[in-house]
Amino acid sequence: MKKLELERKKTDENGVSAVKELVCIMCPRGCRLKVDESKDYAVTGNACPRGAEYGRKEVTNPTRVVTSTVKVEGAVHARCPVKTDRDIPRPLVRKAVALLDGVVLKAPVRRGDKVVSDILGTGASFIATRNMEASE
Amino acid sequence: MTERYDVAVIGGGPAGMAAACSAYENGAEKIIVIERDREPGGILNQCIHSGFGLHYFKEELTGPEYAGRFEEMLGKTGARLMLDTMVLKVTQNREIHMMNPREGYSVISAGAVVLAMGCRERTRGAIGIPGTRPSGVFTAGAAQRYVNIEGFMVGRRAVILGSGDIGLIMARRLTLEGAEVLACIEIMPYSNGLARNIVQCLEDYGIPLYLSHTITEIMGKNRVEAVKVQRVDESLKPIPGTEMIFNCDTVLLSVGLIPENELTKEAGIKIDPRTKGPFVFENMETSAAGIFACGNVVHVHDLVDFVTAESKKAGEAAAKYAINGNSAAFNSDSKAIINGENIAYTVPQSIRTGNADKFAEVFFRVKRVFGDSAIEIKDGEKLLKSYKRQHMAPGEMERIIIPGDILLSASGSLTISAKEDEKL
Ligand SMILES: Cc1cc2nc3c(=O)[nH]c(=O)nc-3n(C[C@H](O)[C@H](O)[C@H](O)COP(=O)(O)OP(=O)(O)OC[C@H]3O[C@@H](n4cnc5c(N)ncnc54)[C@H](O)[C@@H]3O)c2cc1C
Ligand code: SF4
Repeated sequence: MKKLELERKKTDENGVSAVKELVCIMCPRGCRLKVDESKDYAVTGNACPRGAEYGRKEVTNPTRVVTSTVKVEGAVHARCPVKTDRDIPRPLVRKAVALLDGVVLKAPVRRGDKVVSDILGTGASFIATRNMEASE
Repeated sequence: MTERYDVAVIGGGPAGMAAACSAYENGAEKIIVIERDREPGGILNQCIHSGFGLHYFKEELTGPEYAGRFEEMLGKTGARLMLDTMVLKVTQNREIHMMNPREGYSVISAGAVVLAMGCRERTRGAIGIPGTRPSGVFTAGAAQRYVNIEGFMVGRRAVILGSGDIGLIMARRLTLEGAEVLACIEIMPYSNGLARNIVQCLEDYGIPLYLSHTITEIMGKNRVEAVKVQRVDESLKPIPGTEMIFNCDTVLLSVGLIPENELTKEAGIKIDPRTKGPFVFENMETSAAGIFACGNVVHVHDLVDFVTAESKKAGEAAAKYAINGNSAAFNSDSKAIINGENIAYTVPQSIRTGNADKFAEVFFRVKRVFGDSAIEIKDGEKLLKSYKRQHMAPGEMERIIIPGDILLSASGSLTISAKEDEKL
């Protein structure tokens, strides 16, 4: 379908891509962006400045905010949700999540508590995204 | 003796919490929020991904963070939050029957009621896939709860049926938890999820999306062993000779949500067969005076920010009703909104001009995918206003603002329709 073709790169005869088409993921509006590599990554199709920044980043150094959960003891639920406090390079996502495997928190947990610091040398941390009270 | 409240809210998800906060801001004093779960937040507690709050808080939050902020705001209002309590019945004279393990059965009455019960998932029964009934078939939302809250994995090799947002989000989640997601299968020629979720949940992880395909058989004795997938034709019938077999131990169903309206129906409140939620006016009042509704119980939203906006409207109207004993506009002139070409539904379904002299906000969904297009509002054949769009899809809710003077100028009902933009 159309939507998917959009995300595919446009290439010239030599297979070298010049203009990349992608969907902005910075907000639900999902603007269809064009990023021209030959024009210093000029972005068109964005409805706001965040799209321009995203488009440039996505073709040069794509990053993501990563969310997952870690084990928590002494709370009403077994897992506590966490996120990276800033975006990290996309190729590191799986390795970053693997760091959470052995982590065990003890309730009470506060929203914003650091769970893992300096993920893979990026300077980003995993932080808790909710409060978890101690149960009895 | 039945205890009396100004405003009683049923459901403590984002809709219920926002409605209660806004009822407080608009002068209601005695407010109660009744929630059957042991914590407020509703579906947001299990939506651990980020993507919430960009409109309302101007920053991107995860589901639990969004819920946490509202819980704190609700705490400051002094509203009573009654957890672990199931509402069993609501009546048109605004009595609420409920039950909990501490106090047993009790009845309260309220000046105004807000229905905010959210929605539930469609299940395999609702779509009828042939084959055996092995374990390993989950709705995507149930799987989300198991993985994100209870902490156990649902399987190692999964196929996802349906490309709704929950299915897409779970494809990524299972992948990051070490499972292999073989494919996402969608019967329609377009995805029902947000474009951003196709990119960041499927494409980032190389998970293929098969549009115009469906699962035609689930195989396995005790546990799922494989699924048969076929391409479908334009009338959505499987095409013989296109069979593919995926060996998997898990199938997630992401085939849609249905507003949870048992209480609403039992109260005799009018339901719109298109939204499967209550019919509502511009201030979210239902066909029963003094009973309001908001959030996924009215129509399924893809964005919590819109849930919040709609719920604040409902909370404000409920507070006014409780204080004045009526909706000033209940009997004022009302304009029905007619679904014209390519419109699946609208909310509200009718606008009382007495309540919408400045403007009225209308949410709706289109029936198919559009590129450059126009939304038109007509009074009979007369075009009153048109709005341009570059892209519209059934999976993305649309919103328009109709100015008050246009509303007042319409002689009877208003028709909303969508079409390709001819000038291009
Ligand atoms: C998987 C998923 C992913 C999503 N992703 C995003 C996203 O990335 N960004 C975004 O903005 N939005 C997202 N949404 C949409 C948004 O989260 C929902 O639209 C919103 O949470 C709906 O709020 P609600 O309060 O209407 O319903 P709910 O959250 O379902 O709350 C309803 C509450 O009512 C309670 N209840 C029901 N019946 C009774 C009863 N009889 N008695 C007492 N209590 C009762 C329930 O227990 C529940 O707590 C997502 C939704 C889902 C399901
Ligand atoms: S360009 Fe701006 S408006 Fe468009 S999707 Fe990106 S963030 Fe949203």
